[in-house]
Amino acid sequence: MAKALKINKNTEEGLLQLLEFLLDSEKVEGIFSLKKLNKNGNIAYSLITNKDELKGAVPLDPHMPVNAGKILSHFTLAEKTKRPVAAVLRPCELRAFVELIKRAQGSLENILLISLSCGGVFPIDTMNNGDAKKRSSSYAESLKKAENSPDVRKTCQSCDNFLPQLADMTVLTVGKKDADKECIIYLNTKQGENFAKDAPGNTISAEIESSETEKLKSKRKENKEKLFKDFEKTGNGISGFSRVFAACLGCHGCGEACPICYCTLCDFDSKTCEYKPESYESELEHKGGLKIPPGTLFYHLGRMSHMAVSCVACGMCSDVCPVNIPVADVFTKVGAALQDVFQYSPGKDIEEPVPSGTFKEEEFKEVGEH
Amino acid sequence: MDKDFTPTIIGFLCNWCSYTGADLAGTARMHIPPSIRIIRVMCSGRIDPLFVLRTYLKGADGVMMMGCHPGDCHYQKGNYSTRRRYVMLDTILKTLGLDEKRIGLWWVSASEAPRYEKVTNEFTESIKKMGPNPVFKEIFI
Repeated sequence: MAKALKINKNTEEGLLQLLEFLLDSEKVEGIFSLKKLNKNGNIAYSLITNKDELKGAVPLDPHMPVNAGKILSHFTLAEKTKRPVAAVLRPCELRAFVELIKRAQGSLENILLISLSCGGVFPIDTMNNGDAKKRSSSYAESLKKAENSPDVRKTCQSCDNFLPQLADMTVLTVGKKDADKECIIYLNTKQGENFAKDAPGNTISAEIESSETEKLKSKRKENKEKLFKDFEKTGNGISGFSRVFAACLGCHGCGEACPICYCTLCDFDSKTCEYKPESYESELEHKGGLKIPPGTLFYHLGRMSHMAVSCVACGMCSDVCPVNIPVADVFTKVGAALQDVFQYSPGKDIEEPVPSGTFKEEEFKEVGEH
Repeated sequence: MDKDFTPTIIGFLCNWCSYTGADLAGTARMHIPPSIRIIRVMCSGRIDPLFVLRTYLKGADGVMMMGCHPGDCHYQKGNYSTRRRYVMLDTILKTLGLDEKRIGLWWVSASEAPRYEKVTNEFTESIKKMGPNPVFKEIFI
């Protein structure tokens, strides 16, 4: 049984109260959370040190303007933070942060990780639709019943990895029927317990996994299998694959939004992948035709070979695609296959090396011997 | 099947084992199929998966990666990395249904000229059976 903090307020207010307490008691110097920027409903990740600014914070808002793992990595890349910061992020963002730390792109030190059992987020392009109130109330209802909200992204609807693995604190949202009245925050680690010491609320012991989370997990697993099967029908083979990516502009937006793609200069933006007049000429000579801009399939396959094994299935790539290519469907499918081969689970264990950067002498013995 | 079809196969051969093995096969006047074009790399660990993907997408009918047997690498451990990369590439192509059989990895040591002859001939035959690379049918990729 894990320890948990019970606060008699609704879930969001309960979490805000805890954040306020952390700031007030000077246990942390800053809060990293989503914050409302204006009345239009625009939100963005923000660092907050002033207690008054915490008022507009919406840590549980179901939007992901950018994968927070990437932001936290930028924040801690040059140097760890000198002062403790509490960061509220979704499980996939946390996984992304851990994957980046494994690639020496950040540090966990002085960061208090607060995550949540995640019901998914809305697509980013619906952020300003104006129906936010209606959507969030139906979202809250689905969460209480531990069901998939129909408005959340396709990737989120098929994500069965919605319980955070390395968080210091986990806010319970999925299947919480009395979310309007009480807030449960699990304290998973020693660090979490220390920070929550003397916080307002009662300490209870409870288990985060329940029949409700299991229900949602199996539903989402089902969705995932269906998603993969559907892709096989449309995207199999070179003809299917090129059909799926036919509309690709070559903007590389998916790579920019991808939390795992951290390279300052991407191979595909570098001179190595530049098309020179003679490359056009030689290719046209052989094929008699060429898609412009060239090399879009090569980009996606190449990016896959670089990062898919660590794909955290956050869905940012699909979300930012200007021509609505289901990039995440392909990458999560390939990622799942690779993770299966290497028995690897991204973001689960901070000590485990990334499969693409290591090897074992006693593995794949049959390869190359035929 | 087109009987006259001679596939274009690109081979990435490690300098210390496979390339020397191929050289030995040549000096021993073994029958090496004309389909294979060799690119010498200093270690099979130098074979970037992007080399292979690019070769495949530009229309090569097959890609052969060759290196020293595991444990025999001139640079101690380069070929263990190759092996992982190959498995990764193979899994990606398999998952997407992009005939992964057109890309292969073989360990061929410097003295294994007969093995070099055998694997190049076998691979050429299997590619002949598969026919030309389908990227030629999908011109606008």
